Amino acid sequence: MLPARFDYHRPETLDEALELMDRFGDEAKVLAGGMSLIPLMKLRFASPANVVDINRIAELSGMSESGGELRVMAVTRNSELETSDLLRKRYPVMAAAAPLISDPIVRNRGTIGGALAHADPAGDWGSVMLALRAQVVARTTSGERVIPIDDLFETTFTTTLLPNEILTEVKVPAPNARSGGAYLKLERKVGDFATVGVAVQLSLDDGHISSAGIGLTAVGTTNVRPGEAEETLVGAEPTEEAFAEAGRRAAAAAEPMTDVRGSAEYKRHVVEVFVRRGLALAQQIAQGS
Amino acid sequence: MQITVTVNGTERKADIEPRLLLVHLIRDVLGLTGTHIGCDTSNCGACTVLLDDVPVKSCTMFGVQADGRSITTVEGLARNGQLHPIQTAFKEEHGLQCGFCTPAMLLTGAALLDRNPQPTEEEIRWAISGNICRCTGYMNIVKAIEAAGQAMASQKAPAATSS
Repeated sequence: MLPARFDYHRPETLDEALELMDRFGDEAKVLAGGMSLIPLMKLRFASPANVVDINRIAELSGMSESGGELRVMAVTRNSELETSDLLRKRYPVMAAAAPLISDPIVRNRGTIGGALAHADPAGDWGSVMLALRAQVVARTTSGERVIPIDDLFETTFTTTLLPNEILTEVKVPAPNARSGGAYLKLERKVGDFATVGVAVQLSLDDGHISSAGIGLTAVGTTNVRPGEAEETLVGAEPTEEAFAEAGRRAAAAAEPMTDVRGSAEYKRHVVEVFVRRGLALAQQIAQGS
Repeated sequence: MQITVTVNGTERKADIEPRLLLVHLIRDVLGLTGTHIGCDTSNCGACTVLLDDVPVKSCTMFGVQADGRSITTVEGLARNGQLHPIQTAFKEEHGLQCGFCTPAMLLTGAALLDRNPQPTEEEIRWAISGNICRCTGYMNIVKAIEAAGQAMASQKAPAATSS
């Protein structure tokens, strides 16, 4: 399969890339890992006149934690996130999700920023970032804006990014000491999209849940935050009953479609079970057991 | 667009359209047909090559992205007429049936042994989970990668003690 013709641009710096985006706007697509864009171009669902390859921009790669937040640059590969000690120790929901994304070879190319900008409701990072209440940074030649993750996803494959903006980094608030997270994904085989995925993040304080974040994968037109499930948890004791109630509320918030991966009813049931199990796992991590 | 790629240790130049996929650059322009095209959708992994020693699916990259970088294909595994230990191990352990997935399995296996010389069975199965063998000959593929790791360790052992 051959994509339609395009002009290829390979800026070495972010400033150069931003100038190209200013010049071409919606006539250009940003190429990060390419694991979604290139298949779409091969199928001619996308035929951008210009491709701006940001893979060689050194400043767009890597991650660091300081000042109460984790910054992950957009072109950081999933394989790097999968093997990060920092994520394993401090951001277990990210460490759990990374190795479940596609397959190991695709993870050598696929990037966190590319995945978020692609806005696939079956994408795993979107749910993880909802659970973590992350923000993304969007840059243009004239400056930057910080977008809360809830405001990024408009609908399937559509974000609120402007045509000349490049998503340059993800900012995750650092969790407090007594917190934990988990990502559970049901897939038919390695490399398949999620039938259902669930990301959870919990913080505990004096035997109560001080904050809770949940994100759902592949059960709506975007990654879904089941707000009522989160609300029932905050202030509650971390009990089986509380987790079960959150599971029921999350299942009610899910809007899955019946497809080859399962019926809507089945997927809703999986959401309920995974939220319950994920919260129990997150609690164990938070309590250091 | 003019590009220069180091392929199996040799610098190659080509003038290609940006839309040309890496796998077509390798097979059709450079004439190295050991890299196979399977599903053409980045699912099967038959087109796996090493880009700067990291396995990638060459059906889902553009050839121009390899400009200035180094590619290893199955043709680059043997050196000076000597099979790479992983090739010997696939032969000894019958790690192939129809052979279609084999070039990719060899490269993925070699890259794994590069960073993890003594992988467990679990680690091997995890590493090759992006490469599909439609003959389902996984048992012997896993055995062959294990055997290659052992062979490479015993080759290296004398050098390590003498230094």
